[in-house]
Amino acid sequence: MSARPGAASRHWRYQRLTSIALIPLGLWFLVALLRQPSLEHAVVTGWFGKPLQALLATLLGAALLWHSMQGIQVVLEDYVRGKLLGLLLVLARIAHLAAALALGYAIWVLASGGAA
Amino acid sequence: MGSTDPFWQNSLAMPYPADRPLSPHLQVYRPMYTIVLSILHRASGLYLSVCGFLFVGWLFAAALGPDAYACAAAFFSSLALRIVLALALAAFWYHLFAGVRHLAWDAGYGFEKRTARLSGRLMVACAAAALALTLVFTPAGRFVAGLP
Repeated sequence: MSARPGAASRHWRYQRLTSIALIPLGLWFLVALLRQPSLEHAVVTGWFGKPLQALLATLLGAALLWHSMQGIQVVLEDYVRGKLLGLLLVLARIAHLAAALALGYAIWVLASGGAA
Repeated sequence: MGSTDPFWQNSLAMPYPADRPLSPHLQVYRPMYTIVLSILHRASGLYLSVCGFLFVGWLFAAALGPDAYACAAAFFSSLALRIVLALALAAFWYHLFAGVRHLAWDAGYGFEKRTARLSGRLMVACAAAALALTLVFTPAGRFVAGLP
């Protein structure tokens, strides 16, 4: 499996890139989350209704889901063998793809004021 | 894979799933502080992956409208989910500081045994301090911690 030349070093490089991106993005999200006056619906829609916040949420979601998939792949490759490994990798990819689509939809709705 | 296998792949008669060096098998090591830290980095990462899906679900509910969001808010306010979120905060800080330590290693710093032990202790102290501060001094932290 994954005998393509350069696949492993590309994986390594993108894991580092996403981890560096997640330092500011993760801190932004945590600080913004903890600074909200409340987490009522109107507050949350107002938060992500701002263009910059929607952009940051998009970047966070992309880096987070990518980094998450890479981390899960590494753990699965270390501890699972055979056909089960392939199955679990496909399931993880489907789950992350579905989450990316759901998150993209949610941010698009919130940023365009559709859920207010 | 033939006789040109790299050194990390040629000693065991097992099909290898990846063309990278795999993590060492833990049974052959005596438990050590730094090993526990390494395992915690994986565990906190997996935990944060699950929490990432919770984050997506939360934002998706907000996008669906006030009724769906009320359901999600009730779910996240339950005692079980508050424990999950408090652990997520701990995992966030741990994985962040442990990740910075890993990036320093990737850049070639801190491989000395003494330095690695020291940076491990420093990283745990930073994560514990950040966790305590966010739990005690923010409204959302006090909410998940069950403080007044």
